[in-house]
Amino acid sequence: MTDTTLQAKAPTTAGSDESEGMSYLESLPRRLITLYLPLFIILVVLLFPFYWMGLTSIKPDEQLIDMEKYNPFWVVHPTFKHISKLLFETQYPRWLWNTMYVAVGATTLSIFASVLAAYAIVRLRFKGADTVGVLIFFAYLVPPSILFIPLASVIQAYGLFDSPLSLILVYPTLLIPFSTWLLMGYFKTIPFELEECALIDGASRWQILVKIVVPLAVPGLISAFIFSFTLCWNEFIYALTFLQSTPNKTVPVAIVNEFVDGDIYKWGSLMAGALVGSLPLVILYAFFVEHYVSAMTGAVKE
Amino acid sequence: MSTIQTSLPRGAAISEPSAWVRIKTNRNVIALWFMLPAAAFLILFLAYPLGLGVWMSFTDEKIGRTGVFVGVENYEWLWDDTIFWLSVFNTLLYTIVASAIKFAIGLYLALLLNRHMPFKAMIRAIVLIPFIVPTVLSAIAFWWIYDSQFSIISWSLIKLGIITQNINFLGDTSWARASVIIANIWRGVPFVAITLLAGLQTVSPSLYEAATLDGATSWQRFRYITYPLLTPIIAVVMTFSVLFTFTDFQLIWALTRGGPVNATHLMATLSYQRGIISGRLGEGAAIATAMIPFLAAAIAISWFGMQRRKWQQGSDQ
Repeated sequence: MTDTTLQAKAPTTAGSDESEGMSYLESLPRRLITLYLPLFIILVVLLFPFYWMGLTSIKPDEQLIDMEKYNPFWVVHPTFKHISKLLFETQYPRWLWNTMYVAVGATTLSIFASVLAAYAIVRLRFKGADTVGVLIFFAYLVPPSILFIPLASVIQAYGLFDSPLSLILVYPTLLIPFSTWLLMGYFKTIPFELEECALIDGASRWQILVKIVVPLAVPGLISAFIFSFTLCWNEFIYALTFLQSTPNKTVPVAIVNEFVDGDIYKWGSLMAGALVGSLPLVILYAFFVEHYVSAMTGAVKE
Repeated sequence: MSTIQTSLPRGAAISEPSAWVRIKTNRNVIALWFMLPAAAFLILFLAYPLGLGVWMSFTDEKIGRTGVFVGVENYEWLWDDTIFWLSVFNTLLYTIVASAIKFAIGLYLALLLNRHMPFKAMIRAIVLIPFIVPTVLSAIAFWWIYDSQFSIISWSLIKLGIITQNINFLGDTSWARASVIIANIWRGVPFVAITLLAGLQTVSPSLYEAATLDGATSWQRFRYITYPLLTPIIAVVMTFSVLFTFTDFQLIWALTRGGPVNATHLMATLSYQRGIISGRLGEGAAIATAMIPFLAAAIAISWFGMQRRKWQQGSDQ
C-alpha cells in the first residue's frame, strides 16, 4: 500500500495540480465570499502569533506596557535591544548550540538505523519482516508522556543524567519508527531488477544498499532528515526531565525556565528568544517545503 | 540469487558453499545485522522503559531510592484522589473538544486549499508554519497574547466596546481551559489540513465533473464523493491527532503548568508534577500507565482504519 500512495502523491504535492477544474464556473464575487475571505481569515489567525512575537521582540519596553499612548499593533522606533541582550547577556547561544547538537546527532543516528532497518524489512524479506514492520509502527504510537519517568531512571542508571548525550540516545526512539516507515515507502519504489543485476555482478548487500538503493532514495532521506530534525527541535518533555543545569539546556526548556523572573519587562527578551529559536527551523522549512510535506503526509498515509 | 553470488568466487570447481559462506549470505542473518541498530534503540529506550514504567507503577519508588513492590497501592491511592480524576476529566475534555474543532476547521481549510487559486503552493507552505515552529515557542507567544494585563485580545475587545475589563485568560478556570484548547487547535489545524489535503488530491476531478453533470449540488458532491473516499485517511489522521492531544504536555506546561487550581492539569502534566517535581516516581508512573488503556483504544481505531484502507485500495486496483 505504501508504494502506491507515495507514487500517487509525489507528483500532486509538487504543485503540479495546476488544472483549473470546474472553478471557471464560479463568478468572482462568489469566489471572494466562499474562498478568499475565509482563507484570508484563517491565514491571519494562523500567522498572528508570529507577527506578535516578532513585533514584541523589537518593541521598546515603554511601548510594550503603554497601550494607550502607542498603538499596540505597530511599533515606532524599533529596537534590537532585546535580541542583543539575548545573544550577549544570556547563555542563549549556548542553548541554541545544544539544541542544534542534539538535533543533528539524534537525526543522523536515526537515519542511519532507519535506512538499514527499512532496507532489511522491505528488501531482505527475512522471516518475520512483516511483524517487525507492524511493531515499528506501534513504536511510533508510544508517546513520550508515558515513558519519561522510567526513562529518567534508565538514564540515571547509565550515568547520562544532565548530559545532552542522553537526548541524542533517547530521541531516536521518536525518530526511527517514523523514518523507517517513510523510507520503507521509498525503497519499495526502487525496481528489484537493479538489485538483481548488482547481485549477479557480485555485489554484497551492503554495497547494494550504499551504491544503489541509498542514492536512489535521496529525496526520501532528505524528507526523513528534515522532519526528524524538526521533531528534535520541538521535543520538550525529555529535555525538561533529563537536563538540570542551565548551560546544558535546549532552547525550549531554557526559555520556559530561565526567563520567567516575574519582571514585566521580560516579554521583550522572551519573545526575542522564541523568535530566534524558531527562525532556524522556518528557514530550513522554506528551502525544503515539498520534502517536509511529503514526509508528513507520507508517514500518515502508510 | 544469493547462491549465484556465493558460487562465483569459487572458481571452476562448483563446490558446496562452506558453512561460513552460507551463514554470511543467509538473508536472515544479514537482516539481523541490518536490524540491529534500530532494534537496539527501540528495545533499550522504548520497549524496556515501557515495561519498567508499568513495573514502577506497582512500587513506591522515589527519586534517590529504589522502591519495593506495593501492589496496586498507587492505583488505590489515585482512585480516591479527586485531583487525578479532575485531570482525567480535563484530558478527555481537552482531547475531545480540541480534536473535534481541529477536524472541522482542518477539513474546511483542506477543502479551501484544494481549490484553484493563485499562489496556491505558497499559501499551502505558509499554512504549515504553526506546525513547524516548536510548540513551546509558539506557546510562549500565546502566553503573552493571553497576558492578564497586556493581552492584545482584551485590548482590542475593549476598544471595540465589547467588554469593559481585561479578561483573565489564564487565571480563571473556564477561560484557562478555553485558552489552552484554542492554542492547541491553532497548532493542530495545519497538520490536519495538510494531510487531509494530500488525501483530497488523490480524488479524481472527473468524479466531480460527472456528478455535476448529473445535477449534484456541492454538498452532495462532498457527502457522496469526497467524504467516502476520504474516510480511511480521516481515521488515521484523527487517530494521530487524538493521540498527540491526549498525551500533550508541553503546551500546558508552557502556558499554565496545570493551574489555576488544577483546572488545566492533564494526565501527562500531573504525572510530571507528581513523578519528577515531587519525586514520587511510583505514583507518577501509575498516572502515566493509566493513560495506556486510552491510547490502546485509539490505536485500535487506527488499526481498523488502516485495514479498511487496505481493503479499499485492494478493491480498486
